[in-house]
Amino acid sequence: MKTQTAKTILIVALTAIITVIVFILLMPIIGPRFMHPLMSGYMPMHANSVPPASLDISTVRTTDNGLYRVSFTSELNPLAINQIHTWTLHIETADGQPVENAEITVDGGMPQHGHGLPTRPQVTQNLGNGDYVVEGMKFQMGGWWEVKFSITSGGKTDTVTFNLILEG
Amino acid sequence: MSERKQLVAGFALLFALIISGLTYILWPRPAWTEAELATLRTLWIGSLPPLAPDPSNQYADDPRAAEFGKQLFFDTRFSSNGEVACATCHIPEKGFQDGLPLARGIGTTTRRTMPIAGTAYSPWLFWDGRKDSQWAQALGPMESAVEHGGNRTQYAHLIDEFYRTEYESIFGALPDFSDTARFPESAGPVADPIASAAWNAMTPEDREAVTQVYVNMGKAIAAYERLIMTGPSRFDAYVQAALKADTKTMNSSLTSDEVEGLRLFIGPANCIQCHNGPLFTDNHFHNTGVPAVDGLPEDTGRAQGAQSVLTDEFNCLSPYSDASPEDCSELRFMVADGEELLRAFKPPSLRNVAGRAPYMHAGQFTTLEDVLAHYNSAPTAPAGHTEIEPLGLSDRQLGYIIAFLKTLDGEITAP
Ligand code: HEC
Ligand code: HEC
Ligand SMILES: [Cu+2]
Repeated sequence: MKTQTAKTILIVALTAIITVIVFILLMPIIGPRFMHPLMSGYMPMHANSVPPASLDISTVRTTDNGLYRVSFTSELNPLAINQIHTWTLHIETADGQPVENAEITVDGGMPQHGHGLPTRPQVTQNLGNGDYVVEGMKFQMGGWWEVKFSITSGGKTDTVTFNLILEG
Repeated sequence: MSERKQLVAGFALLFALIISGLTYILWPRPAWTEAELATLRTLWIGSLPPLAPDPSNQYADDPRAAEFGKQLFFDTRFSSNGEVACATCHIPEKGFQDGLPLARGIGTTTRRTMPIAGTAYSPWLFWDGRKDSQWAQALGPMESAVEHGGNRTQYAHLIDEFYRTEYESIFGALPDFSDTARFPESAGPVADPIASAAWNAMTPEDREAVTQVYVNMGKAIAAYERLIMTGPSRFDAYVQAALKADTKTMNSSLTSDEVEGLRLFIGPANCIQCHNGPLFTDNHFHNTGVPAVDGLPEDTGRAQGAQSVLTDEFNCLSPYSDASPEDCSELRFMVADGEELLRAFKPPSLRNVAGRAPYMHAGQFTTLEDVLAHYNSAPTAPAGHTEIEPLGLSDRQLGYIIAFLKTLDGEITAP
């Protein structure tokens, strides 16, 4: 009885192993359609395209040293890739007074790709009341982008970074 | 229990295991996540917006200009030997390219002929983007010594002789060029020293009159080129079906290998970073470490192209452009210098790519297999820094991507 059981278990186990091996060997022929995503062994997106989960993507932010509160609106809404467009930036002091005569520079890029913006956007108009026109905004691929503004007013400079997630 | 019964029980158990395993693997599940579907939609030809007007060319959407431009595109008289037209290198039957590593006109160029379909959507023309409109682009090859090899007064005389009616019906009166003392047979700002000296000897007013005709030729050719478009492919049928969750049409449009290639293209292989949007190009510039070709002059790509377009006689901000400066954002806010531009080139649209070997800006790769091997190994760039990283994909996976690229063939339409 003991040897019989052992024999049965052995046969069953061997058959199981052979079936699995045959299935794996047949994989190239039956093609990847039948592969469960887990079996093809990769994540749906490449690691360098996945932005950190805790990313703050708000369009209103306080500058790094707390001097100004900055917000933007985009003429292209929702934001999309490969289209040059204009932003309007609004700048206030921490206590809500519009900052009228700021010097502003624009920079940015994709932190996970190590490249900058495809264009060199510039502030081209001061609309008054703390509003500024930023022309030449463009993003050429989907993923996580940073747009940084350096703001100088009354001799005091502070910086702010907006995070964007673009489809594409 | 007898030995038989034990065996039967064992096999029953095994079958149950296998059946449940197979059911788990084969059970139909949504082919794509919501996020992936959104990505697929961005690549779908149905997402291509209607062509925006070209403010720099007031004739861009004039059908008579397109008709005239088409005649110019195929007319070999506009060359130094009467044998070269745009269509010599941009052959309609070959998807408006020539299938050669380097193009042959009067001489041999230092880069490969680019396909034309869909380039009306691009803010930059040429591999290095040294032109910022289709009409300004068309004026390049006509004065290039290795392409058409002709010059401006020659072309003005030809228009006068053969196309006066067409020209005048679109652009108004053609100046009188009959005085060959004022308008030599052969003169223009070209490499040829005799034609160039003759050009410099002309009065600024006469040069201006000739250049205006030359510019209008470019604008007519652009009106024609704007209509050269690429049509829906099997891939587009697949996406259209996927957006409606129509599994039957999905399965009849792409094979499982092709779908796997698509999955790699938008996922682990990262191709979509640069080959994005419905034309599979961001029309921007990237250094992808493509090898330099021995014997060709050093090619710095966009680094030189950016400088050229800024000073181009026919750019968006030039007096020959019909655009106001506000319409020239791409030029006004372009990145003009920096490390990123060195040996950066414009990715061509990948639509119809399978049928137009060889590949890259000087035809460096003969097959798609070579292209994929390059992306998989990501060698260091001959100059500047490559933006791509090794992919570590298997040959089988590279094969899937190639299979996918072959699904992007669509009919190219031209008037
Ligand atoms: C001798 C072959 C030859 C002739 C003739 C020729 N081309 Fe080209 N064409 C090329 C090559 C080579 C390139 C790429 C050159 C470069 O990037 O420096 C090109 C690029 C282009 C592009 C750019 C496409 C893009 O995606 O940026 C367009 C548009 C174009 N040609 C249109 C024309 C037109 C219009 C004419 C006639 C006026 C013409 N070509 C004549 C070989 C030729
Ligand atoms: C970093 C941007 C970038 C990425 C990522 C990228 N490409 Fe490209 N691709 C380009 C550029 C730029 C060119 C033209 C390069 C040149 O000619 O020097 C190009 C050219 C090509 C060509 C040749 C087209 C022609 O007509 O010559 C093919 C095919 C191609 N890419 C496929 C792919 C595939 C498949 C992937 C993913 C494995 C991929 N690309 C990833 C930028 C990119
Ligand atoms: Cu990027």
